[in-house]
Amino acid sequence: MDAILIQILNGLDKGGAYALIALGLTLVFGTLGVVNFAHGALFMLGAFVSVTVQNILTISKKVKDESITFFDAYKETPYLEIWWGDTGTMIIDYAVPISIFVAIPVMLLIGLAMERGLIRFFYKRGDADQILVTFGLAIVIQEIVKANYGANPIPTPAPEIVAGSAPVGSWLGLGADLVYPWWRLIYLFFAITIISTVFAFLHYTTFGMVVRAGMHDRETVGLLGINIERRFTIVFGLAAVVAGLAGTMYTPILPPDYHMGMDFLVLSFVVVVVGGMGSLAGAVAAGFLLGILQSFASMNEVKSVLPAIDQIIIYLVAVIVLLVRPKGLMGKD
Amino acid sequence: MSDDIKTYSTLSRRGFLKTSVAGAVAASAPMFFVKNAHAFTNEPKGSTVTFGFNVPQTGPYAEEGADELRAYELAVKHINGEGDGGMLNTMKPVSLKGDGVNGKKVIFVTGDTQTKSPAARASAKRMIERDGAIMITGGSSSGVAVAVQSLCHEQGVIFMAGLTHAVDTTGKDRRRYGFRHFFNTEMSGAALAPILESEFGNQRLAYHLTADYNWGWSQEGSIKKHTEALGWQTRAAVRTPLKEVDFSQYITPVLNSGADVLVLNHYGKNMVDSLTQSVQFGLRDKQVNGQDFQIVVPLFSRLMARGAGDSIKGIYGSTNWNWSLQDKGSEAFVKSFGSEYGFPPSQAAHTCYVQALLYADACQRAGTFHPCDVIAALEGHQFDGMGNGPVEYRAEDHQCFKDVLVVKGKEASSSEFDLLEVVEVTPRAKVEYPTTMQDANYVGDLGSCRRV
Repeated sequence: MDAILIQILNGLDKGGAYALIALGLTLVFGTLGVVNFAHGALFMLGAFVSVTVQNILTISKKVKDESITFFDAYKETPYLEIWWGDTGTMIIDYAVPISIFVAIPVMLLIGLAMERGLIRFFYKRGDADQILVTFGLAIVIQEIVKANYGANPIPTPAPEIVAGSAPVGSWLGLGADLVYPWWRLIYLFFAITIISTVFAFLHYTTFGMVVRAGMHDRETVGLLGINIERRFTIVFGLAAVVAGLAGTMYTPILPPDYHMGMDFLVLSFVVVVVGGMGSLAGAVAAGFLLGILQSFASMNEVKSVLPAIDQIIIYLVAVIVLLVRPKGLMGKD
Repeated sequence: MSDDIKTYSTLSRRGFLKTSVAGAVAASAPMFFVKNAHAFTNEPKGSTVTFGFNVPQTGPYAEEGADELRAYELAVKHINGEGDGGMLNTMKPVSLKGDGVNGKKVIFVTGDTQTKSPAARASAKRMIERDGAIMITGGSSSGVAVAVQSLCHEQGVIFMAGLTHAVDTTGKDRRRYGFRHFFNTEMSGAALAPILESEFGNQRLAYHLTADYNWGWSQEGSIKKHTEALGWQTRAAVRTPLKEVDFSQYITPVLNSGADVLVLNHYGKNMVDSLTQSVQFGLRDKQVNGQDFQIVVPLFSRLMARGAGDSIKGIYGSTNWNWSLQDKGSEAFVKSFGSEYGFPPSQAAHTCYVQALLYADACQRAGTFHPCDVIAALEGHQFDGMGNGPVEYRAEDHQCFKDVLVVKGKEASSSEFDLLEVVEVTPRAKVEYPTTMQDANYVGDLGSCRRV
């Protein structure tokens, strides 16, 4: 029972990340018709907002370590700690949550700049052109990040208060041995909150209704005198914010490096295809579904019967879904 | 007349066919075979000799590759008589005089392995065939090392391996033209096991997570062998894909497995991710079988360990070399490297620097660049003053045997470089294994050196 519950949590947590990235991908595809291979890079940029905030908060007074004479080794004390003592230490400890508030405007600006500066010139071009230019853009962004932050992962820990594991078993009366990392639970809650917010925004605001109408029939909406292009540009920015926040919050789970966007991108595309291209609900449902399936497929008991199933389960499901429902789980003709 | 015609006709047809086939074979043969028909591959003719540095300049190990390249550039400077001489001042015996090698100045070309075997072979091939490299060296992966070593053997060019830790490189995949200074998984296991016993006892149940490629298998096998000999038992050994970034689904089964030690046979980013996530899952806070749960990382890299942050504190592992060593050779190298670049060298930088110097010295001792003579000069060569105590390049498998460092993640580091604490310097005698080991991974054939 414990093992099953923990794999469900794992799957939901993993699925949360897939769903957040896939949601942004689907938003962009559904509104602008662009297959955005640079979306993973936005996830990575969000993570590096966290790194940057942490770097800024830990700007330090350096005192040369005199015991080492042949290279510059320093003993470093962050200015925040020098100025504000324990309060400064606490602010540094909360670098990741603070990053969320920085990531929202930063990612929105990056998204808008990307759409206005490059993507819009490719709306009327073929899929191959769109894929090539967005993939190229992703590589450029990766290399810029690598040049500035190096190739190695950078530790970006969660606040000390949520660094350990939550006694999930005790909560459910299943014993004290069943624990799950606090930050992963927070990430799951965060993913559900963001997804709900995006859905609420699209369903319960005038802006959202116009966007949904535009996704359904762009021409008619345009004929009504609504500047649908401008709204779609904002949607691109919104998708960038969702991907960026997913990355920012993921940093305590996975020390970020320049390549982390690509690691998630391929799986997220599979999620979008399984969910149904352009279906927001499909992307979210498929994200969680595939996350849970992948998690269960990794259990030793499953792998002893079906070796290496964890490596192919997602693609296997994708093949089956596409054979049975070519438009995906929730795609429409 | 008819006989004449018949004879003439028969000879002409066969002769024509033979000549055509011979001509076609000669025309299709790579030029470097023809060019070197009477010498050896890339025999240096002018006043310079070219070394080929094949390191990961892009991809996940780019930072390690950059450090390797820095070390090689420093080695070339020292060989050519520039800078402070570094380990040339401490290396014993030494034939190099600081005026190049055999009267020729060393120059170099570089290639990018990308930590992918096909790319690494392509760049090594390019350096040999186009740039005229006399020797290839470098790399940060056992898969790449085995692939490039095999290519160099085919091409008749010596390969001085960089960071490669799987037994295979000097075991089943050993080659006459390949040499490894870095230690290997067998030596890691032999060095670590006694320390693990003294720290954690001999009644332990281990759970292995292993990167699913030749190095991971090699490391898992070695640790299992040496810990089981102490009395430990292995609960499970689970293979993880090299590209995995989220290890949660592999870590959670550990929680209820009954195991009280997790061995992470992971390197680089895999190690950073799996260790960070294992600590997040509270493994280090657990008590199992009445004992504190422990995590072991058999191969530590300081460059990579930095990515794991506080998670490495108190974690045991092994390493080939650490900049904090106090012997004359290490001090000379750290001083030279630190003065040049402003930070201490990594173990990857150290092994690459040493390999470049050892190759150059072997050429100087042999008085030629002919690979067969250089190989003979390296085989069985004993040296000291290069940071690992007395070392021998064993002739039978081209593996260097030397002391191995057992290290622990430092609880309180004084600087961003001060991450590992040397717990034990395990003497060579305790990590050396016989050439007669019958395990399939240890049995190989060097092949022969080809004199034309």
